[in-house]
This record gives sequence, structure tokens and C-alpha cells, in this order.
Amino acid sequence: MDAILLQILNGLDKGSAYALIALGLTLIFGTLGVVNFAHGALFMIGAFCAVTLNKILTLSREIVDETRTDFLGNPLKVKVPYVEGWFGPELGAAIIDWSVPLAILFAIPVMIAIGYVMERGLIKHFYKRPHADQILVTFGLAIVLQEVIKYFYGANPIPTGAPDAFRGSFDFGVLLGFDPNVIIYPYWRLVYFVFAAIVIGAVFAFLQFTTFGMVVRAGMADRETVGLLGINIDRRFTIMFGIAAAVAGLAGVMYTPINSPNYHMGMDFLVLSFVVVVVGGMGSLPGAVAAGFLLGVLESFASYSPIKNFFETYLFLPSIDQIIIYLVAIIILLTRPRGLMGRKGVMED
Amino acid sequence: MFGLNSKDTRLLLIVAALCLFAPFLLNPFPEGSELAQFNAGYPDLMQRFVIFGIFAIGFNILFGLTGYLSFGHAAFLGVGSYSAVWMFKLLGYNVLPGIVLSVIVAGLFSLLIGFISLRRSGIYFSILTLAFAQMSFAMAYSVLTPITNGETGLQVYTDDPQFLMGANSPNVPHLFGLQMNATYKMELGAWLFQFNAGYYLCAIIMLVMFYLAVRIFRSPFGIMLRAVKTNQNRMNFTGLNSRPYTLAAFVISGMYAGLAGGLMASMDPLAGAERMQWTASGEVVLMTILGGAGTLIGPVLGAGFIKYFENIFSKINDSVLHGWFAFLPDGLEDFVVAILHPFVGKGWHLTLGILFMLVVIFLPGGLIEGGQRVARLFRRKKQTPDGKDPEHHPKPAPHVAE
Repeated sequence: MDAILLQILNGLDKGSAYALIALGLTLIFGTLGVVNFAHGALFMIGAFCAVTLNKILTLSREIVDETRTDFLGNPLKVKVPYVEGWFGPELGAAIIDWSVPLAILFAIPVMIAIGYVMERGLIKHFYKRPHADQILVTFGLAIVLQEVIKYFYGANPIPTGAPDAFRGSFDFGVLLGFDPNVIIYPYWRLVYFVFAAIVIGAVFAFLQFTTFGMVVRAGMADRETVGLLGINIDRRFTIMFGIAAAVAGLAGVMYTPINSPNYHMGMDFLVLSFVVVVVGGMGSLPGAVAAGFLLGVLESFASYSPIKNFFETYLFLPSIDQIIIYLVAIIILLTRPRGLMGRKGVMED
Repeated sequence: MFGLNSKDTRLLLIVAALCLFAPFLLNPFPEGSELAQFNAGYPDLMQRFVIFGIFAIGFNILFGLTGYLSFGHAAFLGVGSYSAVWMFKLLGYNVLPGIVLSVIVAGLFSLLIGFISLRRSGIYFSILTLAFAQMSFAMAYSVLTPITNGETGLQVYTDDPQFLMGANSPNVPHLFGLQMNATYKMELGAWLFQFNAGYYLCAIIMLVMFYLAVRIFRSPFGIMLRAVKTNQNRMNFTGLNSRPYTLAAFVISGMYAGLAGGLMASMDPLAGAERMQWTASGEVVLMTILGGAGTLIGPVLGAGFIKYFENIFSKINDSVLHGWFAFLPDGLEDFVVAILHPFVGKGWHLTLGILFMLVVIFLPGGLIEGGQRVARLFRRKKQTPDGKDPEHHPKPAPHVAE
């Protein structure tokens, strides 16, 4: 029982990332009808927003500390971040410590702006072009974004830590009445899951309970009619593109402490997120979220050693955890082509 | 000739002549001169031209004719490479068994992947092939290490069995004794021309493959594939089952990719998982589109174009740039070099990505369409100054299907 719970928990953080990226992909596909191969790059840019903010906050100047000396007897030069100079040492240190959560505030406007520019500058001209062209141009854009990041930040992963308060792990099992030291779970992964749940909830609430969201949903159902009613649906869809970019970016920001960001992290996630979208059903928002969590947990279960050994000994499938997601996608496609929660008739050919 | 009409025969002869005289054509600048870095007539690069030409021709049979955009063709190339190296390990360095096996294995593998992926069309198909290629890549890296040697890459070791290895057969890839790296160097004045056995083997194979592709393009089968691209629904409504045709096209193009992989391993007996990565798949898509998808000669041009500029751009560094712009005033020179710096050397992929976007946005028909546009511009100026089309030429078909 405890082992099962542990696997579920382990799958939640990756599942959250899949769900967030797949949600953005589905939003873009549902509103604009465009398959965005650059969505993984947006996730990656979000992660680098956190890196950038961390770099900005730790910009420092050298001052001479008269009270201390180095080993030659000269006064010691100390690097003091500007932030500590402005807000005092304690608050300054706290700000630097919390740079990843703070990057959320930084990333939202940046990502919305990037999404807006992308849609108006590039994607807009591809509505009437075939899907293959849309795929190709966003694929090219993904390469460009990736290489730009590589040029500025280098090819190596840049570790960016979580706040001290969330480092380390805690005994999750005790809370639920298990023996101590059975279910140990890192704090930050729980934070990530809760954060993802809040973002997903916010997106759904936005679509469900605001007038803007209502119009967007109407536009997703029948774009032309909404346009005929005198509503500028294109502008709203552009904003939705920005929101989808922001969701991907936020997923990236909060993922930095789990996995040090490098320039090609986006593509690795993108391929899996596509599989998630396919499994969930193209164009279905709840499907994307459910499939994201489902596949994350499934992947975690497949890496659980008894299950892994079972597959290896009886079914001759070594390392099932590496390919389980693809296998599930194949089975779903062969048996239920529209995905788990896809609407009938949407993209079924 | 060979069952081709006069136009296609001319095209085939032009390609054959280009292949035959490539060592001359690609080495226009004298050795040791300032411009010698723009020469491309050395064996390694020429081999890459024709091998990627084969890869792109094969990809074009799928994408150009049926409009199915596969993002996973590098997987077949990788599989071909692995099987060729295994033949070298088991049987010896004769390239023939390796090439044959690479085609067969890639064909079987593409049959499997095509059977599943072709159940869907459009975006789904692209996503599925991409996912399969990434899965193969991940498996080659980790699970299949006994077969693929994981991160190190597969290579031939001295203690491999090599059953057919004779006592005096060469210890490098060879075709019945003709070593692939044998190069005849000819010096003519200041010029140095290199004739490489491996290049000519690849070139002959590419010619045969090009001929095959022409035949496929002109055959009833090819017309059927075009019908799939134009309107698959309508084709299904007429009662034709289009899936066998698309599957056949997929397997043929997979076998081309496998052949390219096998040749690649024959020129340099190594195979690594990075050949299967999505960037490699994207590259062949770019080659085909840049040259002109659906045209015969386009993909070969695109492959040559990209491989040539990859080679040139990667070589340029800051000192070369400074040399070029030395005529500018100092401040301006540094500025221009600083602007160009991200795009050359290691930044070649950035240039590639920008090129990719520009081609898709402005020139969806590729270089061939660009050439035609320019030609039409001149012709129209001569005949009808007002730009109208008195002969009512048919409008060009959209270059990819939905």
C-alpha cells in the first residue's frame, strides 16, 4: 500500500509538468487550430526566466570589508549583491533565496508578451496554410529559440535552487498514519504539484466563470458565428495564446529546482506532451490534464522495480519505464483513436 | 532511355554528369589560396552530399508525393547504420552485406512503424512518427545497449568474429578489395582533385536510387500517391483503399533512409544513437523543403546546399570574419563581426533554424520554386509586359496536403 502511494506521489511532479504543457498545447489547438511545436521551447524559456531573475538578483559589487582580512593581511574584498545593499542584508538574502517563486511574477508578463508577439508576428500568417506548414514553421522557431538560449546561457545545465524552506524532504507517510521513514517526499515536488493544480484550476475557472472565458469557449465551438455576432474573436484568441504561453512558462519556472534547466529540455518534454495530448484527446482540455497526470503516474509505476522485473522476466520488455508512455499511446490510438476524452468526430481521421 | 521520357533522361544524365565530375566542380579554387576554404571537393564532404541526397530522395517519396510529414525518419537511418556495423562485426569489412542488411532491417522497421502511424493522418501522423523516433532514440541509448553499445556508439573491435574476413582482406570497409577510403589524388597546376572510391560507390548507388525515384514518380503508383496528397477523402469515397499505397510509400522511403544509414556506416564504420535524434529528422525535412518537396531534383539540391553550408559556416570563426571585413573602419568592423558571430561557427544551428523558417514562410516550394519564379519573371517581362497570363497556365498545386 505504502509502495503504491509512493509511486503515485513520485509520478505527480512529472505528471504536473506534462499536464501543464499539454493544457497549453490543447488551448492553442482548440482556439487557433495550430499545432505549436515551439511549445516546449516556451517551457524552456520559462525555466530560463527563473535563471535570469536569479542572475539579476545576485548581481553584486565588490566592497572592501575592513573588519576581515585575507591570508596576506590585506582587507578582504567581499561580493555583496545590490539587493542586499538596497533592502538590508536579511531581506535581501531572503529575496535571493526566494528567487524561483518570485520568478513567477517576472515570468507571467514576459511569457504573455512572447506569446503575443509570436501569435501576431508569425502564427497569424499561418491560419490558412496547411497543418504541415504550421508544424514546420513552429519547429523552425523552436530551433531558433533553443539556439538563442544556448548562445546566451551556454550548453550546460544551470542549477537554480528552491528556497531553503523547501529544500530537503519530509515524512509524508506519518501524516497518513504509515510508519515513519516509509514515504519520504521532497518538499518542492509537493509544492510543484499544488502549484500546478492551482494554475490548472485558475485556467479552468477563467474559462468557465468569466465573460471573456465564455466568449472564448463559444469561439472554440464555432468561431465564425461568434465573429458574426460582432465579437472580435481574433483578439481574444491572441490573448489565449499568450495565456497558454504563460502556463507553459510557469511550468518551466517552477520546474527549475527539480531539474536544472538546459537549452534542450523543452524538446524532451514536448514530445511526451504531444503523446499526452494524443492520449487525452486532441482539443479536450480536461482530457489533456487527466492524461498528463495519468501518464506521469504510469511512468512512475513502470519504474517501480517489482513491476519492472515482472515485465522483464515474463514479457521480455526490459526498462518498461522508458517506453510505457509510447506503448500506451499506441494502444489508445489503435483502439480508441479520438483519445480518452476526445469529442466524437474531432480529428479522428 | 531506360523507359524515361526525354526530359527525365536529360535530368538523369545531368545528375550523372554532376556526380561524375563533382571532384572537379566542387574544387574551383586553387589549393592554398585564400578561397580554398570554400572548396568542397574532399572525400568526406562529397560522400555526405550523396548519402544525404539518397536520404532526402527517399523522404521526398513519402512527403513530396503523399504529403504525409514524417518527423521520425532519422530512426530508419540509425537502424540502417547499426545493422551495417553489425554486419562488419560479424562477417567482415565487405560493405555489400552491410548495405543489403541495412535496407532490409530499415524496411521491416518502417513497415512496423508505418503500420501503426499511418492509421492517422495530418498532425497526428507527424506526432506519432516523432514519438516513435524519440522512443527508438531513448531505447538505443539505454535499453538496447547490448545491441547498440549505448552512449559509446557501435564500432568494430579486433576481437569481433568477422567470419568472412580473409587472411589478406583489408582492415577497413571495402567492396571486394576496393577500399572505401582509397583516394586517387590528381594535381593539375595549383589545383588538387581527389577521387575517392567510397564517394563513387555512393554516387553510383545514388544514381540508381534517383532513377528508381523517377520511375516511381512517373508510375501509376506515383500518381496514386499524388492523389492521396491532393485529396485523400475523395480517393476513399471512390472506393479505393489508400492505406496500402501510403504504407508502401512509407516503407520505400524508410528503406532509402536505411540505405543512407548503411552507406554512412560503410564510409566510417561507426553508429551512434545521436543519428536518430529529432534534430536529424528535422534536418532531412528541411533538406527536402529547401530544395522543393515533390520535385525530382529538389531534395538532392537541398541536401547538397545544407551540407555545404553546414561545413562552411562551422569553419568560419571570428578571425576569418575579421579578415573579411578588414576593409571597414575599425569600430564598424568589430560591430559587424559581433553581429555575425552568433550565426557562424558553433551557431550554425541558429542559422539553420532561421533558414528553415524563412523557407517555410516565403518559399514553400523551395529552391526549385524560387528558380521558377525568377525564370517566370524574366519570361513574362519579355512576352506580356502587363503581367497577365494569356495562355492560362494552370495554377500551381499546393505543395503539401492537409
